Amino acid sequence: MGGEGTDRVVFHLDCNKFFASVECLHRPEIREFPVAVGGSVEKRHGIVLTANQIAAKCGVKTAEPIWQAKAKCPDLIVVPPNYPLYVRFSGLVKAICADYTDKVESFGLDESWLDVTDNVKDIRQGELLANKIRERVKEELGITVSVGVSWNKVFSKLGSDYKKPDAVTLFSRENYREKIFPLPCRDLLYVGPATEKKLLSRGIFTIGDIAEAGPDALCSFLGKNGYMLYAFAAGLEDSPVKDVLHQRGVKSVGNSVTAPRDLISCEDVKLTFSVLGETVARRLRDQGLRAKKLGISVRDSRLNTFTRQTCLDLPTSSADTLIANAMKLFCADMTEPFKVRSIGICAYELCSADLSVQFDMFGEVKRNERAEKLEKTVDILKYRFGNDCVKRASMLSDIKLTDFDPYEDHKVHPEGWFKL
Amino acid sequence: MKYKKKYVEVTAKFDTEGRVFPLKILWEDGSSYFIDKVLDVRPAASLKAGGAGIRYTCRINMVERFLFLEESRWFVEEILKD
Repeated sequence: MGGEGTDRVVFHLDCNKFFASVECLHRPEIREFPVAVGGSVEKRHGIVLTANQIAAKCGVKTAEPIWQAKAKCPDLIVVPPNYPLYVRFSGLVKAICADYTDKVESFGLDESWLDVTDNVKDIRQGELLANKIRERVKEELGITVSVGVSWNKVFSKLGSDYKKPDAVTLFSRENYREKIFPLPCRDLLYVGPATEKKLLSRGIFTIGDIAEAGPDALCSFLGKNGYMLYAFAAGLEDSPVKDVLHQRGVKSVGNSVTAPRDLISCEDVKLTFSVLGETVARRLRDQGLRAKKLGISVRDSRLNTFTRQTCLDLPTSSADTLIANAMKLFCADMTEPFKVRSIGICAYELCSADLSVQFDMFGEVKRNERAEKLEKTVDILKYRFGNDCVKRASMLSDIKLTDFDPYEDHKVHPEGWFKL
Repeated sequence: MKYKKKYVEVTAKFDTEGRVFPLKILWEDGSSYFIDKVLDVRPAASLKAGGAGIRYTCRINMVERFLFLEESRWFVEEILKD
C-alpha cells in the first residue's frame, strides 16, 4: 500500500489547548468558565501556559502575564499546572497513535507526526483514519485534537493549525495551492517575526508568494534558510517521520528556575544552584549518563540574559561537581551587588556512565566515583521516602528560596525542528 | 444532574492473562455492592466526573453503572443530590 504514486501520508496531530483541556476534563465544575493554566504569581511564575477556548475568546493569550489576562477577562479561573498529569495524557495520546503506526514522532508534549503510508491505500483513506484517531482521542481521553493530513510534515502541521478544535484538514496535491498558498507567510513553520518582516518588506505576503519567489531570490536575503523556506512552501520538504525506535537520544539535561525573590548574594545563588544541580545530577544518574560540559544561564532583574559554558575535568554525574563549576562560572562574570531573577544549569556532551574513565595521578576519578556512589544512595532514599528525606543543611538557611522541586515539577520545553 | 468523582474501594480478580475484573464495590458507609456482570470494558473518559481510564460497564442490582480504573485507583460517577 502507499500514497498517491510515491507520496507519503503524514499526519500532524495537535492536542487543542492541551494543558487547559486536561484540567477542564478533570474539573467539570470549571469547564464552562474561562480557564487558564498558569504558574504561581507569588513565586513569580505568573504567566499563562494555556487558556481554554472560552478564555481565548476573551483575548487571553499563551505566555502573557496573569495580571494582564485577568484585566482582559476578570472571571478568569487560573489553575496551577500539573505536569505529571500532562505527561500521562501525552503518553496516552501517543499510545493511541501507536495502534496505527510505529512511526510516531513527538514534537513536544502536545504534538506529534505520524507516517501512516504503509497503513492506508491513499491520502483519502488517510483522512478517514485521521478522523478515527480524532474520535478515539475524544472518546477515550475526553480531549480534542486537530489533525492535518498531507504528504509532508510541514503541510500536515499547517493542516492541524488550519481548523481547530476537533477537526481534520486534508491538504492534497489537488487542493494545496488553493488552500495553502493564500495563507499569510507567518503561518509557515520557521517564519518568525524577523523573517516575516524581511519577507513583507519585499512584497512577499503569502505562502504562495514564497513558493513563487523561488529559492535563489529567497536566499539573497535570508541566506541558506531561503532554500529551506522555499522547500517548505512549495511542498518539497521530505524529512522522514522518525519511528519510535529511532527517536533522538538525550543531548542535554538542564533545569532552571525563576526565584521567588531576586537573588542578591553569592550565597543566594549557591543555594539555588544547589537545588538545580542536585536535580540535574539526579536526572543524569537516572538515565545512566555523565556530562562532559556544563552550562549556566543567568537572567537579571532587567531581563538581560547571559549563558556560559565550561568543560568539566572529567565526565560526572555528581551534584557537588556541577554546583562547584556552576558557581565558578557565575562568579567569573558576576560580582555583588547584583539582582538575579532566574538561573539555570544545563549538562551537555553526555556519555554513558558505563564508559571507562582514564584514572589520573591525583585521585580525582576515584573521588568522583565515591561522590557519585554516595549520591546514588541518597537517590534510593529519596525514591523510597520522598525527595525531602535527605537535604543539604545549607538549604534550611533560606527555606523560601529552596522551596522548589524541579525533579518532580517535570518542566517541558518546546522542541525545535532542527534536531541534532 | 450533577456528578462527583468518587474514589471507591474495589475487590477485583486478576486472571492469568493479566486482565482485571471488578467483583465488588465497597462504599464508604460500609455497604458493599456485588457486580453481577461486566458488560463492557474499554478505555474511556468520564466527562461527568472528570477523568479517564479503563471503563467497566457493570450491572449491579439490575442497574448499569460505569466503574473506572484510572491508573491504580477506581472511581464511580456519583450522582449529587440537589
